Amino acid sequence: MDLFEYQGKQYFARYDIPVSKGDVAVTVDQAVAAADAAGYPVVVKAQVQVGGRGKAGGIKLANNADEVRTHAGNILGMDIKGHVVKRVWVENASDIAEEYYASFTLDRAAKKHLLMLSAEGGVEIEEVAAKNPDAILMLHIDPVDGLNAAGAKKAAIDAKIPEKAQQGVADILVKLYRCFVEGDCDLAEINPLILKPTGEVHALDAKVSLDSNADFRHPEWEEFKATEELDAREQLAREKGLQYIGLDGTVGIIANGAGLAMSTLDVVNQVGGTAANFLDIGGGANADLMASALDVINSDKNVKSIFINIFGGITRGEEVAKGIVEAMGRVDLRAPIVIRLDGTNAEEGREILKNAGIPESKLTSKPTMLEAAEAAVALAK
Amino acid sequence: MAIFVDQNTKVIVQGLTGGQGKYHGLRNKAYGTQVVAGVTPGKGGSDVEGIPVYNSVAEAVSATGATASFVTVPPKAASAAILEAAAAGITFIVCITEGIPAQDEARTYNTLVRDYPKVRLLGPNCPGIISPGKCNIGITAGEIAELPSAKGPNVGIVSRSGTLTYQALYELKQRGIGVSTCVGIGGDPVPGTSFIDCLREFQADPETHAIIMIGEIGGSAEEEAAEFIKAHVTKPMSAYIAGVTAPAGKKMGHAGAIVSGGKGTAQGKMDALRDAGVKVGNNPTEAGSLMAEIVAGLR
Repeated sequence: MDLFEYQGKQYFARYDIPVSKGDVAVTVDQAVAAADAAGYPVVVKAQVQVGGRGKAGGIKLANNADEVRTHAGNILGMDIKGHVVKRVWVENASDIAEEYYASFTLDRAAKKHLLMLSAEGGVEIEEVAAKNPDAILMLHIDPVDGLNAAGAKKAAIDAKIPEKAQQGVADILVKLYRCFVEGDCDLAEINPLILKPTGEVHALDAKVSLDSNADFRHPEWEEFKATEELDAREQLAREKGLQYIGLDGTVGIIANGAGLAMSTLDVVNQVGGTAANFLDIGGGANADLMASALDVINSDKNVKSIFINIFGGITRGEEVAKGIVEAMGRVDLRAPIVIRLDGTNAEEGREILKNAGIPESKLTSKPTMLEAAEAAVALAK
Repeated sequence: MAIFVDQNTKVIVQGLTGGQGKYHGLRNKAYGTQVVAGVTPGKGGSDVEGIPVYNSVAEAVSATGATASFVTVPPKAASAAILEAAAAGITFIVCITEGIPAQDEARTYNTLVRDYPKVRLLGPNCPGIISPGKCNIGITAGEIAELPSAKGPNVGIVSRSGTLTYQALYELKQRGIGVSTCVGIGGDPVPGTSFIDCLREFQADPETHAIIMIGEIGGSAEEEAAEFIKAHVTKPMSAYIAGVTAPAGKKMGHAGAIVSGGKGTAQGKMDALRDAGVKVGNNPTEAGSLMAEIVAGLR
């Protein structure tokens, strides 16, 4: 789950990482109130999860309430690369002496934490990496050891952070690492990490991505979930506990297992069709879950046919079949189903479907993934 | 022969008294796997259809001499269960648990590397391992795995995705091609066992004559495997990578399956494998057909 900048800053603040004084606003009046509280001059920043906000006119400096009113009025509702701005973050403007970069991620190849630290911040780190890779310190951290104050200080020195900022950067690194680990982030990034003329080091931006598997130990994530931008289909799927990603094709996909679901998308594409979605009903899917999955697919008006691709491991064929029969009794499916059912208890499942008395115009069974894909794509045309 | 597990492997099931643990533990036993004990804290002294249950892995190991464990406990408890098994002397741990936080996985993996270097963890979030006719630990339906033939050729399977592992087994079964061992390494960001670990074992296993590898988008495990194949694998291989049509920036179900910053694409992985001499199919069936051609050439 990706956080908006203001949420990232609020999350950072929980771990004592210094951020600018400010608040989030959804109306112009709120923006003015936030600016009054933060102290002028302020920066009004569009809250969208897409790069290039500044160039699009989504970040403006305001010296007084009137300017805040003007800028917030322009920015709220603005469309930035297809993202409509619903909120602005208003914060006290910082004087900047220097800009650095710091982030923590998990390096999957090394299976260790990775600190990236650079004295060249404020630009895309990919750009720095391409032009001047030596300007970025890449430091692996063993998750068992963690990062202590001495390690952070050494990193700041090794990254050629100027001496006057080394201690401040090191302090923030230790806090950011704590946020990354205890806060269960996939990514915790500060760009730019600034040095003020007064000597303090400070997070001017916040990019945080949270690991949804750790949801159970973070009740404070509830408010972040409320602002996640999902389309109506994705919202419904989430409520039903399904792994769903909306796409714009015409063949609705239901598969068990992420790999098989991806593969199903690929095969549909190879035989000339387009998938309307990615939907993994997961391991151990039962009749209820299958019925919910069909509900979600049925809510997508673009869907012309439904391809159910099940290979049973944990998932049992008879449960899948029961779910389909139940769903067809409960919801009026607009599109016909093509099913391919194999693996655990597939025979029993096929038997249930055969004996359910569903007309062939509504449900056909195919022996292989390819044949099922071809049939589903033909129906969608 | 087979890799990692065979007919002599004694297995305990951590979480045998739970729904998943009981269902799959009993299925593994029915397949012929030596499932010798279960572990559930507080339920020691009871049994599950004749399989004795102990309070701790240490007790189960000392009573049965088990060397492998099948971890089926929920995400919150999985890391502790894995480390308990390692501390009790288990050397091969299969964890099927889905949804373990990445930070826990990273810490658990590195703790194993440091404190229990001889322990191999398979998973988490994996379907398990099957050496057909000998041992099945995990959730694979045993009947879809073709038995290896004494005179060969037999194929080893290694896969990052659960259901595609079954699909690969099924493709070979349809063609009557025997399987030495099939390993599902799982789709999480920090898998205990990598493609390379399995490729190395398959290369050394005299009963394995060819290898199928099933990968997916995200990370760089397939690219690293391709480098290894180039340098160390002489056995013929076919492969399939799922997610050619996956949009960038979206996690496709598996925590590990995401194309980001132009990295981890299916195309890049397929190119790397082709470059290493692997025959790459556009779908699982094609990878199966390519393997059938390879096997026909070996016969």
